[in-house]
Amino acid sequence: MMRFLLLFSRQGRLRLQKWFTPMTEREKKKIIRDMTTLVLARQPRSCNFIQWKDLKIIYKRYASLYFCLGVENQENELLALEVIHRYVELLDKYFGNVCELDIIFNFEKAYFILDEFLMGGEIQETSKQMVNRSIEASDMLQETLEEYMSKPAF
Amino acid sequence: MPAVSKGDGMRGLAVFISDIRNCKSKEAEVKRINKELANIRSKFKGDKALDGYSKKKYVCKLLFIFLLGHDIDFGHMEAVNLLSSNKYTEKQIGYLFISVLVNSNSDLIRLINNAIKNDLASRNPTFMNLALHCIANVGSREMAEAFASEIPRILVAGDTMDSVKQSAALCLLRLNRTSPDLVPMGEWTARVVHLLNDQHLGVVTAATSLITTLAQKSPDDFKTSVSLAVTRLSRIVTSASIDLQDYTYYFVAAPWLSVKLLRLLQCYPPPEDTSLRSRLTECLETILNKAQEPPKSKKVQHSNARNAVLFEAISLIIHHDSEPTLLVRACNQLGQFLQHRETNLRYLALESMCTLASSEFSHEAVKTHIETVINALKTERDVSVRQRAVDLLYAMCDRSNARQIVAEMLSYLETADYSIREEIVLKVAILAEKYAVDYTWYVDTILNLIRIAGDYVSEEVWYRVIQIVINRDDVQGYAAKTVFEALQAPACHENLVKVGGYILGEFGNLIAGDPRSSPLVQFNLLHSKFHLCSVPTRALLLSAYIKFINLFPEVKATIQDVLRSDSQLRNADVELQQRAVEYLRLSCIASADTLATVLEEMPAFPERESSILAKLKKKKGPGKLPENVNGSAEEPAASSKPDTACWWTSSPTSRLLLLLLLLLLLLRWRTTCPGEPSSLRPPPFAPRRSDVLLRLLRFICKNNGVLYENQLLQIGLKSEYRQNLGRIYVFYGNKTTSQFLGFSTAVSSSDLNVHAKAVEPVIEGGAQLQQILNIECVTEFCDVPVLHIQFRPPSNVLTPDSVCQSRYGGTLQNIEVKLPVMLNKFFQPTEMTSQDFFQRWKQLGA
Repeated sequence: MMRFLLLFSRQGRLRLQKWFTPMTEREKKKIIRDMTTLVLARQPRSCNFIQWKDLKIIYKRYASLYFCLGVENQENELLALEVIHRYVELLDKYFGNVCELDIIFNFEKAYFILDEFLMGGEIQETSKQMVNRSIEASDMLQETLEEYMSKPAF
Repeated sequence: MPAVSKGDGMRGLAVFISDIRNCKSKEAEVKRINKELANIRSKFKGDKALDGYSKKKYVCKLLFIFLLGHDIDFGHMEAVNLLSSNKYTEKQIGYLFISVLVNSNSDLIRLINNAIKNDLASRNPTFMNLALHCIANVGSREMAEAFASEIPRILVAGDTMDSVKQSAALCLLRLNRTSPDLVPMGEWTARVVHLLNDQHLGVVTAATSLITTLAQKSPDDFKTSVSLAVTRLSRIVTSASIDLQDYTYYFVAAPWLSVKLLRLLQCYPPPEDTSLRSRLTECLETILNKAQEPPKSKKVQHSNARNAVLFEAISLIIHHDSEPTLLVRACNQLGQFLQHRETNLRYLALESMCTLASSEFSHEAVKTHIETVINALKTERDVSVRQRAVDLLYAMCDRSNARQIVAEMLSYLETADYSIREEIVLKVAILAEKYAVDYTWYVDTILNLIRIAGDYVSEEVWYRVIQIVINRDDVQGYAAKTVFEALQAPACHENLVKVGGYILGEFGNLIAGDPRSSPLVQFNLLHSKFHLCSVPTRALLLSAYIKFINLFPEVKATIQDVLRSDSQLRNADVELQQRAVEYLRLSCIASADTLATVLEEMPAFPERESSILAKLKKKKGPGKLPENVNGSAEEPAASSKPDTACWWTSSPTSRLLLLLLLLLLLLRWRTTCPGEPSSLRPPPFAPRRSDVLLRLLRFICKNNGVLYENQLLQIGLKSEYRQNLGRIYVFYGNKTTSQFLGFSTAVSSSDLNVHAKAVEPVIEGGAQLQQILNIECVTEFCDVPVLHIQFRPPSNVLTPDSVCQSRYGGTLQNIEVKLPVMLNKFFQPTEMTSQDFFQRWKQLGA
């Protein structure tokens, strides 16, 4: 089971945090601090896995963002790497050549996409098509661009 | 213009985010945020009801502010309101907000649960999914109570859409993890297992996750899933890559599902049904074969997915531990990975091999890779890979390669990362002890450990080496010699001083014959480190010194001088001061025999579970420690309790101290006990007041005995009482050889009537005079009567006064003795029934 997913920049600024188990704010802050220090300190050509307390940490850097996944001990590490990759693919498909700015300005979308394919700490839907289809379906329920432009700017 | 791709970007939100990003400093950011918070607050409180879009926008802004790291204490109500909106986006934001900012306000919880219930009943799959997601994200107990019965029904209902089924399965899984008692699985079990046969692979994936967790808790209920899982797995593994369409990930067929099925199979032993078992074996062989084929794509995702399935299959093979061919093949495959280009694969191979090393079939196969692993230890740049290599060396260690492995680990220790040193120290200590054929090697190894990484050598390690040295006679001399040599290094670690101090204290005599390690040299060596050590070490050294006094009388004076110095006797630390004082005293007053008994060689420790193993388990956390087993029955106990306060098993120093204290107390007691005076010592001239009081008090319960005694006179009593009358026969014994003259007595009493018969004024030497006292008790009394005696002793006896005057002479003696006539002497028993007694008793309280 996955415990948490964190996205942070190379300067350590957190862009997304998803927690799959209940935790106090204090614990969350501590984990965020620990993870950023741990991952940012890694050498370039080391392996992508770290043993931390009783969890495994799988991390990967995509452009300027670090994706950091904390999983329980029995999880398959290589597959966790692929979970991260799958998420990046989905973001890429949705935003078209995704970059960090997209995630900053559309953070709620990033969460929605994440929720489509992960749930309760497990991967929910492994078919990329299915996930894309459901994201598009929910987008259909939203406004068009004209409606967007007519909205107030504050 | 911020990047907006499609659909509903909230313009106000985008502007706000830009503003934040443009803030030059933290203070500006906080200022902007506070401004926004005030704005939102006023909007929420305002008279005009906000429209859905604005509410959504503000709630989203609050969420953003929260995720930046600031605290939000309002907005929950508005978010909950959004839940009941009909617009999907508004609902979505509402759910997101309450999943992230979980609130335990019970009113809100009720409202949220209501909204969720509505959405679940709405039959709109998108809404249902949102609701299920929220339950899975929050998973609180209240939600579990409200929905735990509903969700299984949704899961197995025929008309539920596939996507909803997936969500329901994982939602149920989440609830089961947090509140297992509330999730009723009994009636749904069969239907859930049946989901494994579903056409939609997503549903199967979700169902497998659910079943795996449930099967861990109650394996029997889900036994039927094994055959279904095997069938499914073999279908996937043998499928061509186009069959599964979208579930193929970079040319690997359904990797997630395969891994999950393999994980499910790891909850059960190998299937008993032979056809099933052979099918499974076939499956696993196919996976192993596929790993040997050339890759279909250069992309790392392809190899990752393929290898992920491979590693999980190897885990299953290891778990079953029943097919030697498979195990050997797995081992070979891992051996190939040990030298792969990719660091990830080397890491995982080392990790998997650790588990493989504990199986008896493959232990030998694993050992063949020892050179590769040692090489990895020396050359890997990544510290986590080196750590895995250490773990593997530990796991594959057995009698044949113990020396080599321990030597490698020791040399690695010299350059190891500080965070992992303690673990390596513990492992080396365990290995050295377990595989020591020759205990001299063990002693060397531990001393090396202390030399290299003294700070990380915990107490358990050096207690253990001392326990072993004490228990084994053959290694004691060697230990003493080695420790002596090690201590001569100019800068040695404090732990070495502790070990050295203890061992020389116990066994220094074994090397004292050699002039280079004579007692004085040993003492000087230890004492030269004394002032550099912390308090506990110094305490230990003081114990060693007193042991030296016992072993080597020739250095007694030297050591006593050290103990006598003010820095010891007036040391600020209470423990050291006490030890110095007591040891000094012990060395002065105890005879050689006593000292030898007190400081006898430590008896052998009872053979127990090593506390080092317990400490290592605690450090590693649950489930991570690869058991160091070489296939036979050397399994370390699963739960060895760490050392507690049992004095027998505590540190050697504290045992010695306790022993010493007991003996000292004994000695002290003997010198001051007011018991029967020994014949060697004459009684004191005037008995001490405490003695007199003691004697008097003894008469509370007895009527006869000696009341008073001094050098001249002994007074004995015999008394009898009846009702309110008593009679005491007082016997005055003249202990000298000449007469007492002018002997007279008088009794004074406040409340009693005492009638004393007259006595002769002369008592002959060595004779006894009897006096009868008649006593009548007329009222209750507190004070005992006092007997006054006057007499003149013979002139040839020294009295305290006459000593000063240097004149013998019978000076008048005045003695006052309390007579033991107490109220209880006049008590009489009475009989009554228990009712009467309790009645009276209760009256007393009132």
